[in-house]
Amino acid sequence: MSAAVSRRGFLGQAAGLAIAFYVPLGSGPKVAQAAAEKGAKAAAKAVPLPPANAFLHIGTDDSVTVLLAHSEMGQSMWTALPMLITEELECDWSKVRAEHAPAADVYKFPMFGMQMTGGSSSTYGEFDRYRTIGATAKHLLLEAAAKRLHTTPDRLTVDKGVITFGKQTLTYGQVAEEAMKLPQPATVKLKDPKDWKVIGHPTKRLDSPEKIDGTAKFGMDVQFPGLRTAVVARPPAFGAKLVSYDDSAALAVRGVEKVVRTTDGVAVVAKNFWAAKLGRDALKIQWQQPADGGVSTAKQIAEFHDLAKKPGAIGTNKGDVDAAMASAAGKIEVDYGFPYLAHAPMEPLNCAVKFENGKVDVWTGTQFQTFDQVAVAKVFGVKPTDVDIHTMFLGGGFGRRGNPKSDWIVEAAEIAKATGLPIKTVWTREDDIRGGYYRPSYLHRVTVGVDSRGMPVAWDHVVVGQSIMAGGPMEAIMVKHGVDESSVEGLGDNPYLESVSAKRVSLHSPKTDIPVLWWRSVGNTHTAFAMECAIDELAHRAGKDPLAYRLALLEGKTRHVNALKLAAARASWGTPPEKGRARGMAIHESFGSIVAEVAEVSVDNGVIRVHSVTCAVDCGGVVNPLGVEAQVQGSVAFGLTAALHGELTFENGHAKQSNFHDYKPLRMYEMPVVAVHTIDSGAKRGGIGEPSTAPIAPAVANAVFALTGQRLRSLPLRLA
Amino acid sequence: MKLHINGTVRDVEEPGDTPLLWVLRDELGLVGTKFGCGMAQCGACTVHLDGKPTRSCVLPAASVGDRHVTTIEGLSKDGPHAVQKAWLEADVVQCGYCQSGQLMTAAALIEAKPDPTDNDIDAAMSGNVCRCGTYQRVREAIHLAAKIRKGAAK
Ligand code: FES
Ligand code: FES
Repeated sequence: MSAAVSRRGFLGQAAGLAIAFYVPLGSGPKVAQAAAEKGAKAAAKAVPLPPANAFLHIGTDDSVTVLLAHSEMGQSMWTALPMLITEELECDWSKVRAEHAPAADVYKFPMFGMQMTGGSSSTYGEFDRYRTIGATAKHLLLEAAAKRLHTTPDRLTVDKGVITFGKQTLTYGQVAEEAMKLPQPATVKLKDPKDWKVIGHPTKRLDSPEKIDGTAKFGMDVQFPGLRTAVVARPPAFGAKLVSYDDSAALAVRGVEKVVRTTDGVAVVAKNFWAAKLGRDALKIQWQQPADGGVSTAKQIAEFHDLAKKPGAIGTNKGDVDAAMASAAGKIEVDYGFPYLAHAPMEPLNCAVKFENGKVDVWTGTQFQTFDQVAVAKVFGVKPTDVDIHTMFLGGGFGRRGNPKSDWIVEAAEIAKATGLPIKTVWTREDDIRGGYYRPSYLHRVTVGVDSRGMPVAWDHVVVGQSIMAGGPMEAIMVKHGVDESSVEGLGDNPYLESVSAKRVSLHSPKTDIPVLWWRSVGNTHTAFAMECAIDELAHRAGKDPLAYRLALLEGKTRHVNALKLAAARASWGTPPEKGRARGMAIHESFGSIVAEVAEVSVDNGVIRVHSVTCAVDCGGVVNPLGVEAQVQGSVAFGLTAALHGELTFENGHAKQSNFHDYKPLRMYEMPVVAVHTIDSGAKRGGIGEPSTAPIAPAVANAVFALTGQRLRSLPLRLA
Repeated sequence: MKLHINGTVRDVEEPGDTPLLWVLRDELGLVGTKFGCGMAQCGACTVHLDGKPTRSCVLPAASVGDRHVTTIEGLSKDGPHAVQKAWLEADVVQCGYCQSGQLMTAAALIEAKPDPTDNDIDAAMSGNVCRCGTYQRVREAIHLAAKIRKGAAK
């Protein structure tokens, strides 16, 4: 095994002098969260203490190693979760390190009952568990120190891992071994938020040093003696099937060792990537075209428009929409269109698998350890506990690395099994862009009846697009009466519509051969655009300022109102922008957080330029302001890519785009200045990795309208 | 074939038409240089060739000749480079996958333009894609690196 691989050892294998700090497991201990967050009374919650030994090691060298139950894909959970522990443990931040945890039951995420990363949930979803682990460890360390110093824990003070009693001091490392022999406390008290020294304070990332000198290890970087590289030929069109293949030319390529079938395609296994890639290029494969001819974009759009003429499965239905529409003083009817999108994480997919003595080792960047473990176990016919998942740094995930079908991992396992060799698959960028599991294409038909003042009184919203959840393990929870909640999230319960007495949201979920998946902020990527653009159109139709119109509809929704007002104020809404520029706004709630954005744009030779984006973010409370700012900037860039460029089109099931020249990412010269203003509302904490993604496209579209008078109703935005 | 890499001469057995990127990664184990697109579109594979930023994914190893290759592993030979210091200070990285390439391009930029303007940064850095969207902090860090570099030269 390479150093990269072996250093991921855990529990009891800590390097050097460090000794794992074990908190003995008590039976049914309880935690009293005496200091709950703002406003909450000292409420004793009867939940078992998490086993701190699984999450925390304290070395005799005073090092503190935090085991992370989630995957680091850029979102900075790698820093935020150790901050939570440090807050309670009162250890020395400069000695804190983090590691990905292995795949095991103890690391299952209480919010979802499985080990996973997604839904912008890692930090707020672990807010209690990781703080409690820190508090438990501190309790035991102080108890051990008190014994050594012949006193009681309450007479000790601790600062940065140094325990003081009168003139005597002890470090955590010096008492770690004794502490591990003590029984687990029945309860621990968490700090009062007013005493926080770490939470809420700007903290630099713990993973920066290894990410700036090339030593951080991604799945792509896994190497060990004997490991081969596999490059796979997959169907050139969705729905196409392998008929036959001739591998003689591939096997003649220097370095190619084997060619094997996978469920969908043909894998070329070689001593390195380049040989495997040349080998794949040399394969002669006969594919059978999809029986129905495959998806073609123009045809699909026409079909979606046909479907949108009638309501689909009912998601929300309040009042008599048809009657209210008929008696409305005025009406707008608009369609909004959205293309398929690839996630295109910077690191193309890859997965290393080794099968030896009935055990499987998997090295990859994944968001879904629990699913992967089960899927790989099935391929090899072993128990899930015989599958070790070594989570490497993820070179971006955005949802693509969280697939309940574990597609790229199962494929790698199949190849390892068929060849009997340790192999690492490497996808090319073309494989990635053409590989499916996209954000689905959607069409929204929005019909709004308004009263004489231009305020909505009837709202009929038809959505057409593939279901992400259908056919997957989440179907039972997410698909209700034929409505995939993720296709319509943010519509039925949208705060703008609260006062609208007649509303209907319905959904058509046509099936295609194109596999689809969640893409950073999921359904909000299209629902926020439809809502915020429609509201903007209504404001204009009513002759009202877009801010004033929104505020009128949002009356009583304090958090929304505050976010909109803050973003508007900071963006100088109401004062004229520089000549040749205009502003547009949008607000959307998702993943428990509310984000308002004001974009300032110009048009330069027919090209939309976004100069600045002012964001007001209410995620309840902030753990790391630096992390929040980075996630908002990143989400804006991600959403802007979709707003300005992102589009996959198909002909006979074949994706026309293939790499960054025709599936364009946002680049440096297109990056606006993003200002991030957070609101410490004290509301229930929400996520931050995704919620700023959705508002940017409508904010830009609305600004473009203000500037040019053109309503651009489909993405990517293209001026006439 | 012999290649000058990070100050040492390395023997390479792979065929000369193998892209330098894959010689670095698969043959020499220098995996800090990343694969992102394979067609000179993303900059993840950026190395220096006699100090000039170059896309190693489309450069046949044989064409390197006597020129000196510097990879991210060789950037900080004499202690952290100004761009690395600035990157830490500005807390730039997210997933980190594009960052080797960003740093190599940025290091070459401040060498060529000790006081880069925002336009210089746009021109030099627009070939480096970051899907995490770290551009704003990359820009900030480059301005900072230029200051650090000047301070050190004084
Ligand atoms: S991998 Fe070389 S430019 Fe993208
Ligand atoms: S930091 Fe993730 S791609 Fe740049």
